[in-house]
Amino acid sequence: MHALPPAPAVTPRRQVFVGTAIACAAVTALMGGLFAVFIRHREDGVNASPRNWLPDGVSVPGVATNTMLIALLPICLFAQWAVYSAKRHDRPHAGLALGLTGLLGLAFINAQAYVWGQMGVPANQGVYSTLFYTVTGAGFVLAIIGVVFSGVTAFRFLGGRTTDREVVSAHAMYWYTFSAVFSVLWFVVYVTK
Amino acid sequence: MTTIETHAHRAAPASGGLACIADWVTTTDHKRIGRLYLGTSTLALLGTAVVALLLGIERINQDDYLLGLDALTQAFSMYRFGLVLLVLLPVMAGLAVAAVPLQVGAKSIAFPRLAAAGFWLWLFGAGLGVYSLVMNGGPGGGERRFVELFLLSIALCLGGVLASTVSVLTTILTTRAPGMNLRRVPFFTWGVMVSSLALVVALPIVIGDLLIAYTGHKYPTAGVIEFGNLSLTQSWLSFGFTQPTTLLAAIPVFGLFADVMATGTGMRFTPRGPLLAAMGLAGVAVFAPVVQNPVVLRAPFRDLEAGDKFSDLLPFGLIHLLPALGAFLALMLVVSMLKQRPKVSAPLVFLLFGTLFVELAFTASALNHIGDAGLVGTVFEEGTMLALVYGAVLAAMGGVAYWGPKWWGRTMPMKATLPLALLGAAGAALASLPLMIAGFADQPGQPFNVVLPGGNDPSVHFPQVGGPTELWNGLSAAGHGLMVLTVVAFLGLALRSFLKGEHAGDDPWNGLTLEWATSSPAPADNFAEVHIVRSAEPLLDLKPRSDA
Repeated sequence: MHALPPAPAVTPRRQVFVGTAIACAAVTALMGGLFAVFIRHREDGVNASPRNWLPDGVSVPGVATNTMLIALLPICLFAQWAVYSAKRHDRPHAGLALGLTGLLGLAFINAQAYVWGQMGVPANQGVYSTLFYTVTGAGFVLAIIGVVFSGVTAFRFLGGRTTDREVVSAHAMYWYTFSAVFSVLWFVVYVTK
Repeated sequence: MTTIETHAHRAAPASGGLACIADWVTTTDHKRIGRLYLGTSTLALLGTAVVALLLGIERINQDDYLLGLDALTQAFSMYRFGLVLLVLLPVMAGLAVAAVPLQVGAKSIAFPRLAAAGFWLWLFGAGLGVYSLVMNGGPGGGERRFVELFLLSIALCLGGVLASTVSVLTTILTTRAPGMNLRRVPFFTWGVMVSSLALVVALPIVIGDLLIAYTGHKYPTAGVIEFGNLSLTQSWLSFGFTQPTTLLAAIPVFGLFADVMATGTGMRFTPRGPLLAAMGLAGVAVFAPVVQNPVVLRAPFRDLEAGDKFSDLLPFGLIHLLPALGAFLALMLVVSMLKQRPKVSAPLVFLLFGTLFVELAFTASALNHIGDAGLVGTVFEEGTMLALVYGAVLAAMGGVAYWGPKWWGRTMPMKATLPLALLGAAGAALASLPLMIAGFADQPGQPFNVVLPGGNDPSVHFPQVGGPTELWNGLSAAGHGLMVLTVVAFLGLALRSFLKGEHAGDDPWNGLTLEWATSSPAPADNFAEVHIVRSAEPLLDLKPRSDA
């Protein structure tokens, strides 16, 4: 065995944060690919027959979808508040911020289910319904992952690991990414339809 | 700096049959996870090569059906599914998981449970995929629910490989030894980093499209399947499972060849920066899955308007020419080290041939997408894929022979292993090159026309093409047979080495990189102590040579 000069024991450099960043890149690629297919088929569909792209009788509930978008602002604010509090070892406020983030995430999930119910798009109604449910369904699953991430982060932090600032930062980064992705989804699926 | 312990607890090695199996099933040791990937994908390779051999025989004898008409479509799907998802991706993932943490001087892989979960997810998806194909699923399958199962199984396979890729990439970015900046990482690690970055972008896009295909297939519109039907899975989705997307997985082969070549010469690899850049250039192929469509130079190119020529050339150059140029430069730079007269070893010969075939695949992929060449839709694409996959397999065998001492503490017998490299190279050449030639004779990529239910003609037939088709198909089938022989013999030698091979020293190759600074086999936590790195060849700093 070769005797290279030993170094002091090192800890991994922001492993959770970097891993989450890579996962966020994958999420962006996944949703970006879905948006590309949606936009491409919408263009084809609208060119072929502008009236037939959206199934008959389907309208987007603007209030609910706009509320979902607006809800992302406080979600990001609370996630960042958690980071701010964690850096100051302020356990009560960090816990409160994480709890509020998760709660709003749950409200977001509920709103998505409400939108599906209100729109009533039949699942077997052509290209639109296939793409609509795949794109919004993927966003729905990502929101669930975000809420689970908030829960895990809160349990770790409130459970005594108050030095786990990195995971709180990674949690905030996930919600930032999700917010950016959903903003595009909102514009592509709910605004331009 | 994190205070989070992301490494799983390691129990003491188990003894006894069931305990040993449980130990392997629940392992979070990256060397074992990597070997699980390599072992299972080797078995999958054998199965795929046997199916390819049978298909080759079918192509030779076009009158009698060896497999039966119904089984032909499934066999062809199994063959393509196997080459990419059961062989190419897991083989490269296995090498990366097993070797990268050792190369960067890390005590463990980042997120070991994620890496292990990735393997089991891949294996589960692979099993489901094979099952659904057997049950008449897959592209062109007659059983609708098994077609859907097949789509999901591919997504699971890709998700599993993606999970392991995230784990490896995080390891490279966060757990390198002190002093090892990115310019000092070993070439294989650099290649894995480039490949992983590209796959992190490419695989989710393919997974997203599979989800669309699944939804479309599950809920057809008035009986018409908008997505997920035969034409979709063989045209639109094909970008995810053919070149140049598949080329991304094989980029580390160039790095491994460079590492083994440098070890063979015992000298610093002087054109280091250009080689790193060349491998990075090969990674530009990531734009292929991003555009989600085959990028082809339209024919006849000469007749196009100047603007159309430019709009064709720009994406073609980005997606095909730059990666091919990068691969060519990488190969030339490594081959230039041959004038230093490296010590000939089995890993070096395996990697020489493996890298040649991978480079051939890069070049052939670019040629395949030139409309004027008339190769689009021909069997040339299949020949390209075989060159790529068998090249990667040869390289992986070289990797196993090279790193075997670090994984199980014993060396493989070089005199017996070396001829296998030649046999494998002959097999890869015979399997791929005749099909490339047959592509120029317009032999179609789909070897038989599938007549869908309701068609007037229920038979499956082989299109008649010009040239000595039987000769090319016969040679290709023989190539698959040689590859089966090579893999079986290599497995036998590896098993023999594992059980009663000669004990390896800590540094049997006189290596230059960090993995050779620990004991053989490497302990569960890889290194007794963390090392400070002061150059790209840290062990050479301790072993002065004429050039050092």
